[in-house]
This record gives sequence, C-alpha cells and structure tokens, in this order.
Amino acid sequence: MYKYDDYDQRIVDERVAQFKDQTDRYLAGELTEEQFLPLRLQNGLYVQRYAPMLRVAVPYGLMSSQQVRKLAHIARTYDKGYAHISTRTNVQFNWPELADVPAILAELASVQMHAIQTSGNCIRNTTTDQFAGVVPNELVDPRPYCEIIRQWSTFHPEFAFLPRKFKIAVNSHETDDRVATLLHDIGIKIVRNSADEIGFQVYVGGGLGRTPIVASLVKEFLAEKDLLTYLDAVLRVYNLNGRRDNKYKARIKILVKALGVEAFAKLVDEEWQHLKDGPGTLTDQELERIKGHFTAPDYKVLSASSELKTQTQENKAFSNWYNRNVSEHKVAGYAIVTLTLKKLGTAPGDITDQQLDTVADLADKYSLGEVRGSHEQNLVLADVEESQLFALWQEAKAAGFATPNLGLLTDMICCPGGDFCALANAKSLPVAEALQEKFDNLDYLHDLGEIDLNISGCMNACGHHHIGHIGILGVDKKGAEFYQVSLGGKSGVGANVGKILGPSFARDQMPMIIEKILSIFVDLRIDGERFIDTYDRVGQAPFKERVYAKAN
Amino acid sequence: MQKLINHTGVIDNNWALIETVEGELPSGQILVPASYWLENLEALKGRSDVGIWFAADAQIAPFLALISDVAVIAINFPAFANGRGYSLARLVKERSGFKGELRAFGDVLLDQLFFMRRCGFDTYLLKEGLSGEKAVEYFATFADPYQLAYDKPEPLFRRKGA
Repeated sequence: MYKYDDYDQRIVDERVAQFKDQTDRYLAGELTEEQFLPLRLQNGLYVQRYAPMLRVAVPYGLMSSQQVRKLAHIARTYDKGYAHISTRTNVQFNWPELADVPAILAELASVQMHAIQTSGNCIRNTTTDQFAGVVPNELVDPRPYCEIIRQWSTFHPEFAFLPRKFKIAVNSHETDDRVATLLHDIGIKIVRNSADEIGFQVYVGGGLGRTPIVASLVKEFLAEKDLLTYLDAVLRVYNLNGRRDNKYKARIKILVKALGVEAFAKLVDEEWQHLKDGPGTLTDQELERIKGHFTAPDYKVLSASSELKTQTQENKAFSNWYNRNVSEHKVAGYAIVTLTLKKLGTAPGDITDQQLDTVADLADKYSLGEVRGSHEQNLVLADVEESQLFALWQEAKAAGFATPNLGLLTDMICCPGGDFCALANAKSLPVAEALQEKFDNLDYLHDLGEIDLNISGCMNACGHHHIGHIGILGVDKKGAEFYQVSLGGKSGVGANVGKILGPSFARDQMPMIIEKILSIFVDLRIDGERFIDTYDRVGQAPFKERVYAKAN
Repeated sequence: MQKLINHTGVIDNNWALIETVEGELPSGQILVPASYWLENLEALKGRSDVGIWFAADAQIAPFLALISDVAVIAINFPAFANGRGYSLARLVKERSGFKGELRAFGDVLLDQLFFMRRCGFDTYLLKEGLSGEKAVEYFATFADPYQLAYDKPEPLFRRKGA
C-alpha cells in the first residue's frame, strides 16, 4: 500500500495545525458558524442530531492493521466505542467532541491518515474495487491511479469551493464493477486500446441524490499520462459552468444534461487542449514511483488445499460461509475473504473498537496486515491462504464477522438515517433491523440468491437506494415517516436507476411488503434466475399489481 | 475600514471600485465593471488609470485577448463558498498575457487566502474587521502543495525530481 514520504507527511501535519487554528478561532468566536461550516466540512466534520460526526478518509478503502488499531483507539478514547464503515469506504465516528477533533486528527496523522475533503463541495475520496490487485480478470491494479488522483485532488487550490460535492471512482475489472463507477461525477474505466496501451474511458455526470443519473461517456480513450490534465479540464469546465443558484441543480450531472453530452465533451476538449502535454502531464518516473507502492507481495507457491475440501464437506456452516463470503483470488492457493458487518442486531457497517482490534489481529495473522473497506459496508481480507480459511472462519465467527450473507438480502446497504443524521426524513436503521429479523432463515436467504437491498433515510441517497435491486427510501409525509420502494436498480455493469413501485408504506408494513415482493419473485423466477434477472424479464407490472392488490 | 494586503503586509488602496458607472467617469484610479469596459473598449483600452472588476459569474472568454496591458483587475467573491473566482483568476493570469495586479474583493476571509494566492491573486481587500497583519500568515498554510497552479508552474512530482 502507499506509504507517505516526507512531503505527504508534512501536508497532513500542516493540515492538523490548520484545523486546530480554525477550531480555536471558532471556539473563540472569531469565526462565525457560517464561516466555520465549510471549513469543518472539508475536514469531514458534520454537526449531527446529537453530536458532531467525524468522517475519516480511507483512500480507496485500503488500511493497514496499524491504522485499524488507531481507529479502534479513537473509537474507545474519543467516541462511544464504535465506528461506522460508510458506502464511500470511509470510517465515521458519531460521537466525538468538537474540541477533541484536532487531537483526533493528530492521532490519525501519526499513522498516515486524515479527514481531508471527506465532505463539503470539493473533490471527495476516490473509490475503487475492494478486490483491486487480487481479483482474477483485472486489467491492471487501479489503486496507483486512485493514489495519483488523491494527491492531485488534495487541497487543489482551484477546486476547493466547487458548486457541489464531486466524487470519482476507478474500475479496472474486465467484467465486474463493484464500485458503481457509472454513478459518480467522474467514472474512470481502465481500458487497453488496440495499440496495447493502458488508458482510460472517462464517464462524466453520474450520481444518486434527488436526480439519479447514469454517467455518459465523454472520452473514449485517454492516455495514461494525460489523466490529471484531463481531470483539470473537466473540473474547470464544471467550476466555471456549474450552477450555483440552486444546490439541487448544482452537481455536474445537471450541467452535462443541460448542455448535452456532446457539447459538454467539446467544452472539456477545448479546455484540455490548453493543458494537454503541459507540466501537469504524468511522468514515467512518477507513474513508476506510485505503482511501486502497489506491487504484489511475495506469494507462496501453493497447491489447492485438500484439507479445505474435507472441511467444507464436513462442516455445513463453514461450507455456507466459504460459498458465500470467500471469493476467488488471482493466485492459486489464496482466497479473498469478506468479513460481513451485517449481523442481526447491529446497524449495517457498524463496528466496535474491540472488533476493529480483532480485524487488525486477523489481518496480521492471516492477510499480510492489510484490510479493505467495501462500498457495501463490509471489510475484506484480500490475501488469505486457503489452508488457513477454516481457522480464520472460527475466529471471525466468534467476533461476529462471519454471517454467511454476502450479496444476499440481509447484506443490505443502509445509511445511519434519522437515528443519527440531521438531514434524514426518516429512520433507516429500524427498517434494516426489522428486515434482518424477518429474514433470518439462512436457507431461505440462500434460496432467494443474490439481492441488493439498499435503504436511504432521505433523498440524498447515502444508502444508494436508487441502485438497489430493491431500494427503500424514507420520506416525510406531514411529519410521519413513510417508505417508498423502487425495484430494478443496478450498480455494476449495466448500471440502472430503479423505478418507483407506487405509493409509500408505513414502517411497520415494510417487512410484509418486502416479503410479498420476494414471494412474487419466487413464483415468477425461472431456475437459476436472480431477483434482478426475473425483474428485468417480467418488468414491474406483476410486482405492482400484486403488492398493491391487497394493500389497497 | 477594509484592509488591502499583498503577500507581505497591509498596503494603501489607491483604486476606487465603481460599482456602476453613471454619467461621466470619476477621476483618479478606478476599477470599472467589466461589461462597461468592454462596451467602451476604444476609449478605455490602454488607459493606465482605469482597471476592470469582474463579477463572480462573468464570462471571461471575450476579455482574454484584450487585457494584457490593464493595470489592475479585480475579481469579486460574493460569498467565500463561491469558488468560481479561482478559475477566473487562473485564466486571467495564465491565458491573457495580463501582467498587472490581480485583486480579490468581496467575502475575502483568512482561510481562503492560501488558495487565492496559488491561483494568481496579488492583493486582497479583506472583509471588514479582519486584521491585515494576521492575514499574511495564512499564505503559508502548506509549504509544498501537490498541484501545479499559477504560483508553482510544476506539480510536486516534477519539483521533487528537480
């Protein structure tokens, strides 16, 4: 993983000093609430329903065990003993004191972490595939490009006060897309051209929120060295032309729609001609330097574990977990393990300080000391020897990370909602919990197969409800909490925004409504179909008719 | 009294900002609205006592070929959270041949000065009540930033290698 040099460390240390000064001036009354707001936001600090919330950046989801232990320490010392893994693979603390935040930042800086630009109208944490570098059929490791983008976007002087927030994702997998690339302000797909050169397809103008839109292709092939000059051009066109009069129309997706993709692409290209081949062009030396931080570890030469076969045959629970939560690694004899944070009774993505310490220990013991966060709010150990899986499973199970539901209905994405968030229209966690309780039968869940169920507590769509196969959105109806259901959303290849099923439901109806939707699916599915396959084949009509037939 | 600063301290403000021109132009060194300057291009271009001020939402393109010998250009920040002026500043400084003084005015606060300097501003009319002496400390928040900008024409990865 990327290790800071003296320059990187100095920037983060200077940030700690800067934010301490800003906090001191705010507490002394020298900065008004309004003036402090965007400063604290650009440092990931929200003022929430009960306390500030601090969002710590985890660049492209990658953490060392040392960093995870630091997060555990922060949760224990400055918070109520837990943290939350967000859908942008950041880590959030829900209960720090404002006056403690400079100290927390200093602790983070000591392990090469920060909270820079995790909120506010600036360029946010760049995300990528949580299986980057270890998954089969990947073109190249996308993380060096994420790190290059991280450095370029950190305190970019021209783009610190954009019309609205700006999110970038990078995908390098040939067939899968685990990072919802096309639902980002910029989605970068790494490709190889006919001349066998690595480069990028650039998609612009995707996003969730009030106006969910799938991004459009604006650059068919961008050479590797041109990455940053082209990003500068896109951002400059946005900064100059994006709307600032209405925050709901301020994202770049609205600009791309208003101008039309071709006109937008032309503006970017005209701007880019001024920057292309200038000093912002990446050098071979810099590309090699950054890539050198992401070289493959010295993998052992291993043969398929015969023990593993016996263990899966003899132990049904282990076998369930192995089939669900273990993914194929590109090196024979190794496996990728997802530790699920979706246990009944726990808010999706929540993790205690003790669990964080356990994850760090497991990473050291089984996976070369590294941990990754995923967009589905789980954690990943990316380099586990197959022969160690059984032992890892036993430890993970004891710590509550081995619910074998990866990709199944109860592996849902859920925002913190009205229990914590000041923006929410409705609570989301109680809905998630009611669904986890209702659908706790593993055989039934496995029979249903892969279903993405995503819940957001408001239109801001932090729970990605638009791109869940089943999406649930909390809405406020004259002061009461209601929930709107949409079906058919997809986040990966062929990304699609779900379609609203009809009038919303009261919270206590939700488990029954979801059960009804699932039973319609079971009735209509043809062997081997996933929920989304059946939905794509039959459309929304049969679901709509039957869900509302009795409800009315 | 608003303080005008450059990168080292408080300086005198010898340019009067004319919000809208009514009738004759006042005498002395003045900054006129960009639209007025363009409409009266023949009379004003080359006059060393007339500068231009741009609103944050100004369309800058028509000016870039015309402003190389203007003495002072000012860009307004109607609210510090409106960052359009940063891109305007870079275009003025990097794409027009302008060699005069680039000034920021409006909601100009301490915590944005570092970014403003990087984008090419030379002087800053601070918001009422802010100390000019304290403000100059804020130009040095970060010693060696990653990106190229007006102040550093090469990004860190090229500067490091040099």
